[in-house]
Amino acid sequence: MVKAKINGITVNVPEGTTILEAAEKVQIKIPTLCKHPDLPPTASCGICIVKLVGSNKMLRACCTPIEENMDIITHDPEIVEVRRTVIELILSKHPNECLTCGRNGNCELQKLAEEFGIRTSAFQQFLPDIPPDTSTGTIVLEPRKCISCGRCVTVCQQNQNVWALCFMDRGFGTRISPAGDGVSLSESPCVKCGQCSAHCPTGAIFENDDTAKVWKALQDKDTYCAVQIAPAVRVAIGEAFGYKPGANLTKKIYAALRRMGFNAVFDTNFGADVTIVEEASEFVQRFTETPEKLPLITSCCPSWVDFMEKFHPDMKENFSSCKSPHAIVGVLAKTFFAKKRRIDPANMFVLSVMPCTSKKYEITRSDEMYSSGYQDVDVSITTRELARMIKQAGININDISEEEPDHVLGEYSGAATIFGVTGGVMEAALRTAYDYITGGKLKNVEFENVRGIEGVKEGAIPVNGFTVKVAVAHGLSNVEYVLNKVKEAKRAGKELPYHFIEVMACPGGCIGGGGQPYGITDEIRKKRGEGLYDEDHNCKLRYSHENPFVKKLYEEFLDKPLSEQSHHLLHTTYVKRPEYQK
Amino acid sequence: MEQNTTATGDVSFLVEKWRDKKGSLIMILHEIQNHYGFVPRDISLQLSKLLDVPLARIYEVITFYNYFKLDPPGKYTISVCLGTACYLKGAPEIVDEIKNLLNIEEGQTTEDGLFHLDVVRCLGCCGLAPVMMINGQIYGKVKRSEVVDILSRYKKED
Amino acid sequence: MEKKVILIKDTGFKSDTTRDIQSLFLKAIRDIGAEESIQIVRAADLGIYNQGVVVKILPDNTVYTHINSDNIDQIVKAVHKGEVLENLLLKDRVEQTRIVLRNCGVIDPENIEEYFSKGGYTSIAKCLFDLTPAKVIKEMKKSGLRGRGGAGFPTWMKWSFAANSFGDEKYVICNADEGDPGAYMDRSVLEGDPHSVIEGMTIAGYAIGAKHGYFYIRAEYPLAIERVENALKQAYERGLLGKNILGSDFSFDLEIRLGAGAFVCGEETALIASIEGKRGTPNPRPPYPTDSGLWKKPSIINNVETLANISAIFQKGGDWFSSIGTEKSKGTKVFAVTGKVKNSGLVEIAMGTSIKDIVYNIGGGVLNEKQLVAVQTGGPSGGVIPKKHLDTPVSYEHLQELGSIMGSGGMIVMDEDDCMVDISKFYLKFCVDESCGKCAPCRIGGYQMLSILNKISEGEGELEDMDKLHRISQAMQKASLCALGQTAPNPVISTLRYFEDEYKQHIIDKKCRAGKCSKLIQYTINPDKCKRCRLCVTNCPVSAITGDREHGYTIDQEKCIRCGRCFEVCKFEAIARV
Ligand SMILES: Cc1cc2nc3c(=O)[nH]c(=O)nc-3n(C[C@H](O)[C@H](O)[C@H](O)COP(=O)(O)O)c2cc1C
Ligand code: SF4
Ligand code: SF4
Ligand code: SF4
Ligand code: SF4
Ligand code: SF4
Ligand code: SF4
Ligand code: SF4
Ligand code: SF4
Ligand code: FES
Ligand code: FES
Ligand code: FES
Repeated sequence: MVKAKINGITVNVPEGTTILEAAEKVQIKIPTLCKHPDLPPTASCGICIVKLVGSNKMLRACCTPIEENMDIITHDPEIVEVRRTVIELILSKHPNECLTCGRNGNCELQKLAEEFGIRTSAFQQFLPDIPPDTSTGTIVLEPRKCISCGRCVTVCQQNQNVWALCFMDRGFGTRISPAGDGVSLSESPCVKCGQCSAHCPTGAIFENDDTAKVWKALQDKDTYCAVQIAPAVRVAIGEAFGYKPGANLTKKIYAALRRMGFNAVFDTNFGADVTIVEEASEFVQRFTETPEKLPLITSCCPSWVDFMEKFHPDMKENFSSCKSPHAIVGVLAKTFFAKKRRIDPANMFVLSVMPCTSKKYEITRSDEMYSSGYQDVDVSITTRELARMIKQAGININDISEEEPDHVLGEYSGAATIFGVTGGVMEAALRTAYDYITGGKLKNVEFENVRGIEGVKEGAIPVNGFTVKVAVAHGLSNVEYVLNKVKEAKRAGKELPYHFIEVMACPGGCIGGGGQPYGITDEIRKKRGEGLYDEDHNCKLRYSHENPFVKKLYEEFLDKPLSEQSHHLLHTTYVKRPEYQK
Repeated sequence: MEQNTTATGDVSFLVEKWRDKKGSLIMILHEIQNHYGFVPRDISLQLSKLLDVPLARIYEVITFYNYFKLDPPGKYTISVCLGTACYLKGAPEIVDEIKNLLNIEEGQTTEDGLFHLDVVRCLGCCGLAPVMMINGQIYGKVKRSEVVDILSRYKKED
Repeated sequence: MEKKVILIKDTGFKSDTTRDIQSLFLKAIRDIGAEESIQIVRAADLGIYNQGVVVKILPDNTVYTHINSDNIDQIVKAVHKGEVLENLLLKDRVEQTRIVLRNCGVIDPENIEEYFSKGGYTSIAKCLFDLTPAKVIKEMKKSGLRGRGGAGFPTWMKWSFAANSFGDEKYVICNADEGDPGAYMDRSVLEGDPHSVIEGMTIAGYAIGAKHGYFYIRAEYPLAIERVENALKQAYERGLLGKNILGSDFSFDLEIRLGAGAFVCGEETALIASIEGKRGTPNPRPPYPTDSGLWKKPSIINNVETLANISAIFQKGGDWFSSIGTEKSKGTKVFAVTGKVKNSGLVEIAMGTSIKDIVYNIGGGVLNEKQLVAVQTGGPSGGVIPKKHLDTPVSYEHLQELGSIMGSGGMIVMDEDDCMVDISKFYLKFCVDESCGKCAPCRIGGYQMLSILNKISEGEGELEDMDKLHRISQAMQKASLCALGQTAPNPVISTLRYFEDEYKQHIIDKKCRAGKCSKLIQYTINPDKCKRCRLCVTNCPVSAITGDREHGYTIDQEKCIRCGRCFEVCKFEAIARV
């Protein structure tokens, strides 16, 4: 333990605690801009400076460990003056465009300027002349608004191991960009996970706003509008309305969506149950018939799929060919549901509300995304966009009463809802697969092994005398470890380390998705995850294949899992893609 | 001028040479820059694969260090020293003169691809300040009025 | 008879002429058949500057200056006969105190034997066989040597941190990135005496328990790189590097890594990032490199000049070293004296020598008999020392008191033709160009300050700009991550401190005393002096000069772009700059 003083208050903290963290312990808030609680410090803004009594230098609180007997002053007129000058300097290279900015109202720079009461800027403004990059259609890069904090670069390179973004040039001209002059994000290895946008303090990276398309569809009297919400949305959207992370607003969202004018409100969780049935069948088939095609790897995360297609195309065969849940709801809406209700799918509009920026890309990813004969999901928006739409629609989400989803694509099992958190897909699939293989039920349906925020989780489940070995990775930087183990074993002709692998691109899985409300930390991930596990725990249905509506779907429409019909509608294919197209 | 920013070649021998040594990226880029006069994109892509270093890292490095260029240089590189001694003895005027005469800015190449203008910090001949260098040939105690003559020598040679 | 050596050096640093002269000498020697008794060596630095091609004859130490091809036969014959040529002799040299440069220009840097002859590599032998690593550090402490790379951190202390820090690998790095514009002492040492640095690094490696070391050399120094490569090869051949040095259990390997044109890579953490193959952006300290440096292993980084002192210290003892210099600054310092001084070049003086002595006694005074206004030390991190403080002794503490720093040893003499606003602009521009861009105060602050200075020098300044300069300076000093940003405002602050009036002149009177700020000057033709030769008229690039032979010529101030060409070409001083 280290004992020191901050503003005269004694603190006792473990060794290695930063001045910033130590100050928080005694209710002192040191302003920061480049430090994100989720990321290692980049030490680039210079806002968090504090004084060390007896030295005329100032220290950066975000990255300086507090030492024994340090005597720290965090606020005095000189420090505040320096901070103010630094903010003004930053603003002198930043456009004053808050009103039309993707971060208006929740921008960390804007907030800082507000707190410091910046009224005029003493300095001349110099704006870089770099056009926005809208090439991916998922996230928008607006380098003019970039304050070079480095968070996105850290996330994209270290957490995601994609290296789509980097710093180019230096000094005043330093900018974020994909590698190469004139190379757009869509020509780069970017997998559209949106983690950069979730961590950017400003409006320099934000989700491509597709809400106008949704309003337009809702206004059109001839269009039948259906909507679905992903599991991870329900436990996060509340944060935009003052709820605690993890609060489950599912039924309030259904109600809100109906008020906004949607004709049918579905739940992506239904699709998740179908995904599980298909994927578990795939697993059983490979496990019992074609073990050379193991391990089976989950494919419901489009960023992970994109990552594989770019960096590990040799693993193509191991991927589950099953589409992701929202794509399944999309195609079923325009086929099964449309047929049942005698709606012309040509006049149908399907929206998916996702925690994810990547789903915006997925909906046009390949020909299979049009297997209803139309684009299966017309538009995909993020949690953040839905929160804005609810506000625009004037809906008081706090007081609105709860409603139920629409048949037939609405009811779901607890197994489906945990899709939104890392380990959930694996857990859900194992519940069903176990039943398929053994014909019996698992004693304990909750696999603690694959839960939690550790980057790689491993587990083993005895099934009919075999041991099924599984691995769960989330945050793309963690997949290399798992894949290397598989590749090495294959090369050496050894026994597989894993039979089933789940990967989610975003740390924490979709609850930590790139389109979720800002300010993600491990603490928040945990809370959102608990929200989903609670729902599962309280569900009567714990098995996807026992969802009566899923059963009905197969009886009436798809025949059986992996049937020709389900292959046609619910499965996709993978191709090798170049990392760089330029 | 349409510039050829692609160049091909096999750089695996370079990578081989540095294979077991730590801290090799910048050394390899030096060899590539010296060979091509710039770092062609195709070579960077190749290097990225061979070294298993992300292309983004390579570009971060290339664009950070002045020595590495992404575009091919002119036939003659004019380096005017703007080190302290040269600055005090009138080098800024020399730079102005060259900019006027060739109609280019620092770091640019003339349209015909003949001259490229760089400013550098101290060529180590401070005694001869102000100093400029054209493809390795040093010109010392340069006067503004002499610049035209010096440049015309290269134009003629061409 | 002892073999004579003729060292040649073009003190204008033209290496190609030196090469030509060398072949002429070789021919002359062959002509008289004296190949056995006379040897020719190209020297890196003789400590003599601005004297054209210079030769020094060893062992006699005779120096001839301003050599051209006509003198060569004469010199060779004289050397052969043991005569002295009075007419070519160098006159009036003031002695310097040479420790760092002790061998530069005296020995053939490409020949390890010559380094041996000066007691080279006896220090490492002494350390390996007579001293424990702890004793080596103790001796360093006695010497009082402080780092010459700028900050003046006690070398022994840095070593002992690294020695006490735990690591399976440790590294010694020689910082030869010398990026300071106008400083080239490190280059001279590497070119003139590379073995002394190798020996210094090896001793450092022994002291801290490192097995590997790197030279980080700026790529712009090809000869230095070549000489170090050559020296490394020879040291390996003699068992002075590699496994079990001199038969001891100590093994040490050295390699070269090159910079690539980024001044900030001289900063320790940036240098480490650069060797690791990354952008050279500094990282926060702690952790200090002595705890977690290159590849996260304990590492020490020392400057070339620092390292060149080490073997001398062990040859003559820490006490000897600490007897030179002032109370807090021991030993000598090499300065690169340039600017408006008669003899520009490297000088090595004992700490405590006054700036005046350096400028007038060693530097020969101000060029063209002009008035000295100030001396700048410390380069872009330093400040100006006005004439009234010229008696100040050179030491870390004294320079700091005046708001400047020792820095790496640039010393620029400025006269009445130098403008303080212009000088500030020059240094600030350098830091703006070289800022890594990582942190906001430096990245944006420097750019803003520069734009304000530009405004002032263009006559667009306002008095409140001076407050803004102070405000940004404060933010940069306090909130920048590394010393580049923290010290970049220094030249501005110090000129504001001593030459505030000159800034005000630019701002209020719209005048530049020195005539450097082109927007603030005018060229006019004095009709009394004008001989109507039309030379200016033909030279004006924008045809701003009109008139005829009968009525004389005038400059149209609207058209004139103040290029100064007319001023330069007029042979009759008829054009005035006001
Ligand atoms: C921007 C910047 C540039 C520097 N450049 C150099 C340099 O070129 N050479 C050098 O030896 N030290 C340079 N330094 C100082 C080094 O960081 C370091 O303090 C020094 O190499 C330590 O060696 P010493 O203890 O022997 O002085 C620089 C520091 C900064 C902040
Ligand atoms: S990024 Fe923030 S400060 Fe900048 S315009 Fe957008 S909201 Fe305003
Ligand atoms: S905050 Fe100010 S600028 Fe923005 S809308 Fe309100 S009044 Fe206008
Ligand atoms: S979306 Fe993901 S992959 Fe693309 S730039 Fe952002 S962090 Fe990198
Ligand atoms: S884009 Fe955003 S996260 Fe990335 S460096 Fe700029 S401000 Fe920071
Ligand atoms: S983990 Fe979820 S939110 Fe993140 S990219 Fe994948 S599907 Fe989207
Ligand atoms: S002070 Fe300047 S050079 Fe140093 S880290 Fe900050 S931006 Fe880079
Ligand atoms: S200063 Fe230049 S532009 Fe002005 S009159 Fe003289 S030559 Fe012409
Ligand atoms: S060059 Fe001098 S003397 Fe000749 S016309 Fe011009 S001002 Fe007169
Ligand atoms: S928050 Fe510490 S430097 Fe930005
Ligand atoms: S919420 Fe649908 S796959 Fe993640
Ligand atoms: S300053 Fe120009 S050569 Fe040194």
